[in-house]
Amino acid sequence: MKRKIARIVTTVAVMLGVGFSSIATVKAGEDNYTYTYDYWGDVQESPDAYTVAQVFDYSALGIDRNLKAPESLFVKGNIVYLCDTGNNRILELERTGSDSFRMVREITEIKGAEPSTFNGPSDIAVDDDGDMFIADRENNRVLRVDKDLNFKMQFTRPSDQAIDSEMTFRPDKIVVDTAGRIYCESTGINKGLLKFEEDGVFSGFVGATRVSYNFMDYLWKRFASQEQRAQMVSFVPTEYDNVYIDKEGFIYAVAGGLDEEDLKDETVDAVRKLNLMGNDILVRNGEYPVYGDLYMGGAGGITGPSYFKDVTVLDNDIYICLDQNRGRLFGYDDQGRMVYAFGGNGNQAGYFRKAVSIEHMDNDLMVLDQLDGTITLFIPTHYGQLIYDAMAHFDVGEYDESQACWEQVKMLNGNYELAYIGIGRNLLSKKQYKESMEYFEVKYDDENYSRAFAQYRKQWIREHIVTILVLIAVLAIVPMAIGKVFSLKEEIDNADIFKLRR
Amino acid sequence: MARSRSYQKAESKEEKRMRRAAWLQHWGKTMKFAFYCLTHPLDGFWKLTHEHRGSYAAANTILILAIFTRIIKLKYTSFLFLNVYWEDVNVFLYIASILFPLSLWVVGNWALTTLFDGKGRLGDVYMGTCYGMLPYPVIQLPLMIISNFVTIEEGQFYSVLSVLSLVWCLILIVCGMGQIHAYSAAKTLLFTIASLAAVLVMIFLLMIFFSMVTQGVSYFISIGRELMFRM
Repeated sequence: MKRKIARIVTTVAVMLGVGFSSIATVKAGEDNYTYTYDYWGDVQESPDAYTVAQVFDYSALGIDRNLKAPESLFVKGNIVYLCDTGNNRILELERTGSDSFRMVREITEIKGAEPSTFNGPSDIAVDDDGDMFIADRENNRVLRVDKDLNFKMQFTRPSDQAIDSEMTFRPDKIVVDTAGRIYCESTGINKGLLKFEEDGVFSGFVGATRVSYNFMDYLWKRFASQEQRAQMVSFVPTEYDNVYIDKEGFIYAVAGGLDEEDLKDETVDAVRKLNLMGNDILVRNGEYPVYGDLYMGGAGGITGPSYFKDVTVLDNDIYICLDQNRGRLFGYDDQGRMVYAFGGNGNQAGYFRKAVSIEHMDNDLMVLDQLDGTITLFIPTHYGQLIYDAMAHFDVGEYDESQACWEQVKMLNGNYELAYIGIGRNLLSKKQYKESMEYFEVKYDDENYSRAFAQYRKQWIREHIVTILVLIAVLAIVPMAIGKVFSLKEEIDNADIFKLRR
Repeated sequence: MARSRSYQKAESKEEKRMRRAAWLQHWGKTMKFAFYCLTHPLDGFWKLTHEHRGSYAAANTILILAIFTRIIKLKYTSFLFLNVYWEDVNVFLYIASILFPLSLWVVGNWALTTLFDGKGRLGDVYMGTCYGMLPYPVIQLPLMIISNFVTIEEGQFYSVLSVLSLVWCLILIVCGMGQIHAYSAAKTLLFTIASLAAVLVMIFLLMIFFSMVTQGVSYFISIGRELMFRM
């Protein structure tokens, strides 16, 4: 008996040890795991903003059998919904600790619908009342069920003339807003997101992507015959790959598989932020457009631009895009400037084989790998947390605290653009124009520099107005006076009375 | 003997001073004339060579000034308008970026116009072209200083003036070329284009020349290597 207890204790100890060492070793300290781009587009190595807490496979999540081609994650509170598409089930997992999950239930069928089981459930969204919206893709429907899985209603193929009659309705990704409207990305429909009202009525398309076309192709088409034209590539908008609705109700939509040239010419957008009208309101003030990697070379047999498969938006408006092509995560701030980029393709922790979905719980990130059937949990490092703190302090007007955080970030990463600009913006808010100009100049932030400089110039003129006026007066009066003296002298020299005397 | 020599020396010193003063005066006058050419391109460039109002000294000064401007503005223009990737800057390339096209143009233009009764000699073409480059330093230098006192919103004038300085140079050089060779307007335009074609031909020939030389040299190097390995 005693020996048995001892054995159990050692097993637990070993398991704990393995657990700890896995945390320690996966600290992703490899060269260039995390990086940013500087003003010139050069890669600048960066300290890790995120570190892998743990990689969860099905057993670590408490699931009975392996995941099969899972497609989506959804987070509501501390509950994670995992669409195990290939197994036709949805798993509800509760996060019980910083790095542990507990399986709550397995959803395989619902009450009161026909058919009651799923066929390729590809996405789920949950509203504040706990109602679940399930994109049941191969059954061509979006289900709305309450939290006890009782069928409430379903959204099916709209009988609208705007939709091609041959087109099937295969809802792939959905989001639901606070009013209960759903926005659906459907495979094969490229006119934008399908918008359904709360009562299930289709009310139109939202936010179609821009169509890009090559001018030469366009010219060729003009002169081509009907048959030739039919064989050519037609200019169609690209489908979205995924959608995310942020806490303010703006929809972030990403599109992967875009053309490299189109991205570089900025004729297409990899990420769009749609308002209620479906207009793109994403701020793009960064030096480079929001499309992930700037270099699309063929390193490691991977070519082409980043393929944004999913996006998630943190509460501080930083949005993180998941690149399926190179298995990387790209964080952008609300101005469209890159905050960090990290990840890669591979088998180690923190690398992916086929990343399909990203979600966040507070500032922790979860990435779903389709081939491995694993969830990788990332938690912010000290460095990452400092960046978030600095931004949070700035947003509420605590400029001293924000500046202190940015100073620390700068100490950790002297090449970081946002740290310098962040310090500069805080100094600018504190009306320390001269100092802020120096920080903006270091990182070539011309707009903020101009803002600070305009103020500094105004201040300088106000302080030196007396000197300036005196100087102008002196410059204007002295030559006049000299001229006067000379003319007077001449007059005196030529005056008749003096001549007479001589 | 010794006395006369020292006497001579004293005189030549005096002469030297006089000559230097005269040279300086001439330089000043010809430099001043360059500014006349800025605003009177046709009249100015006619007088430049046909009435000997220009000098090589002034032409060289303008050329050096232009090169100086081109380099100094990298450093002292506000970063709002000009960002320099210092890792890639090669000052000699910047110098060559003026000297190389200049020499190609001068030689190409002279080589053509001398066959088609152009009145200018090689030196005249050089002088005229250098005089024509004056707007570049005259506009760019003050612009460089002013750029540090404006914001980006007020900076629209920068690009306009920047382009203006180049266009002005271009007009002056073309006008100057026509006047120096005593060409009509149509002939001037024709020979401007022809000279540019000549420049392209020369670049082509130079490239062939250099690649041939490289191959020739590498041929002998490999023969030498071969011999060394055999022995």
